[in-house]
Amino acid sequence: MYNSPVPLDIEARVTANTRLSRDYNVLALAAPEIAAAVAPGQFVMVKPGRGYDPLLRRPFSVFEILRTSGGAVTGLTLLSKRIGVTTTLLFEAVEGDVVSCLGPLGRPFTLVDPPAEAWIVAGGVGLAPFATLTEALGARRTPITMFYGARTGAELFYLDWFRERDVRLVLTTEDGSSGERGRVTGPLDRELQQARGRDVMIYACGPEPMLEAVAHLAARRGQPCQVSVERVMGCGMGGCYSCVIPVREPRGGQHYVRSCLAGPVFTGADIVWD
Amino acid sequence: MDLSVTLGALRLKNPLMAASGCFGYGVEYASAVDLATLGGVVSKGLFLAPREGHPPERIVETPAGMLNAIGLQGIGVHRYIEEKLPELRERGATNIVNICGSTLDEYVELARILSDADGVHALELNISCPNIKEGGITFGCSLQGTFDVVSAVRKVTQLPVLPKLTPNVTDVASFARQAEDAGADAISLVNTFLAMAIDVETRRPRLSNIVGGLSGPAIRPIAVRMVYECRRAVKIPIIGMGGIATAEDALEFMIAGASAVQIGTANFVDPFVWGKVLAGIERYMTRHNIDRLQDLVGTIDTSTREKEWISS
Repeated sequence: MYNSPVPLDIEARVTANTRLSRDYNVLALAAPEIAAAVAPGQFVMVKPGRGYDPLLRRPFSVFEILRTSGGAVTGLTLLSKRIGVTTTLLFEAVEGDVVSCLGPLGRPFTLVDPPAEAWIVAGGVGLAPFATLTEALGARRTPITMFYGARTGAELFYLDWFRERDVRLVLTTEDGSSGERGRVTGPLDRELQQARGRDVMIYACGPEPMLEAVAHLAARRGQPCQVSVERVMGCGMGGCYSCVIPVREPRGGQHYVRSCLAGPVFTGADIVWD
Repeated sequence: MDLSVTLGALRLKNPLMAASGCFGYGVEYASAVDLATLGGVVSKGLFLAPREGHPPERIVETPAGMLNAIGLQGIGVHRYIEEKLPELRERGATNIVNICGSTLDEYVELARILSDADGVHALELNISCPNIKEGGITFGCSLQGTFDVVSAVRKVTQLPVLPKLTPNVTDVASFARQAEDAGADAISLVNTFLAMAIDVETRRPRLSNIVGGLSGPAIRPIAVRMVYECRRAVKIPIIGMGGIATAEDALEFMIAGASAVQIGTANFVDPFVWGKVLAGIERYMTRHNIDRLQDLVGTIDTSTREKEWISS
């Protein structure tokens, strides 16, 4: 039997829209019921406004859980990068707008406890699932290192947020304007070589070539790795079969599975990278 | 208030059916909707054997619609019977299994197997998927092929047989007549419209299969017209679909001549669409003093009228 919990569909009011750069914004939504139920790595299907343009919802990782000073959950935020119709509407949204929000959906990250360490690898907007993961790991006192790469220093966000939560940051930028010049896999591989024998769990989210590189590095250095993939998704519920990704079959061969149901979090070694 | 529908030997609680390929195998949506409250659940298209389907990208959004070229990824009929049907039965769903064959014999074999399975209420014959080369559409685009598939399946099953027609022909009504002559209990129409989209920056097709099927509100007026044409061509009931997202959309199809309707793409957007559409239909029935929803079917009024002066 499918025993997934009932997803909630909330017409969520926009309570804040913070522009982080020319293309990135953080949108706060009054969807406390979803925020209270979400596990790190899960996603919501979002549709700004009514009508048929855009027609389909789009998947977003839940970025932050918003709480009152007393700890009551009031909503959630989405980290969005403006690239298409939906993300443009989310970028331009103002307080009081309504965004339809369905979730929480998908398989979350598997958490680890000390003495294991968590190594987060984030590329660009792939930072999104790691605020909630950091809070969940922090509650278990699992030490966290985050390798965080972007094109340029102006697109590295929330650095203080992560530092305040005792996350050790290793930053890279493609233009060298902040941190080490190059890709995030550079320092990751160096540190993996030094971490032989230690118990490390890698969590990665970002462009698919980055995920592939991270999964290969993890396999080569003998460390486990969970990746959160982003595929073109139509429904988020397992209905449309558009978001498939090839995974290795136990008996050999490969097979397309729906990343909305079997993922978005996968064991890196299970995925057949193109 | 009576919302029930009779399609040959198939009786539905209400006219709302989940369209094939838009509702997984049904079980995926059991968390969002009580499957027993739907008129019917049409399975994803099934061949005898499992299929992997096309590589991504499999869908792309277009104005008020979407293209898909999934390529009928599926678990095959045997796993459907073993893994999905027991749960569907337990949940009280009315199960219409959508079957696809590469050959006439495959349709016949599928019909035989499903006729012996407990909990199958009807067969929808997919002779209209635009996304695969072999079978299916080859039959559905030929009048003789349509007749042959329907009559071959008709001979081997007592289950209601519902061929699903393609809109990618010049005269869909002539295909409806073939289906009726071959012994179909009802017809489903329409499947998606063959279409494509290109990324002008890269000049690459947006779908890996290059072409795909267009669905969603964009196709609704064409689908309504096809239902209207077929209503006048055949006596068997019509299951109408194509871009239905609201009660008004469903009612439009019924007034054009559909006895039941299927919702597909709108379920992707809103898995809770079912209760909303049903409630809207009930409100309409109250407002128009309709006790029996089937009395609405085909009641389109095309008579000429004197202009009425309506004082506001």
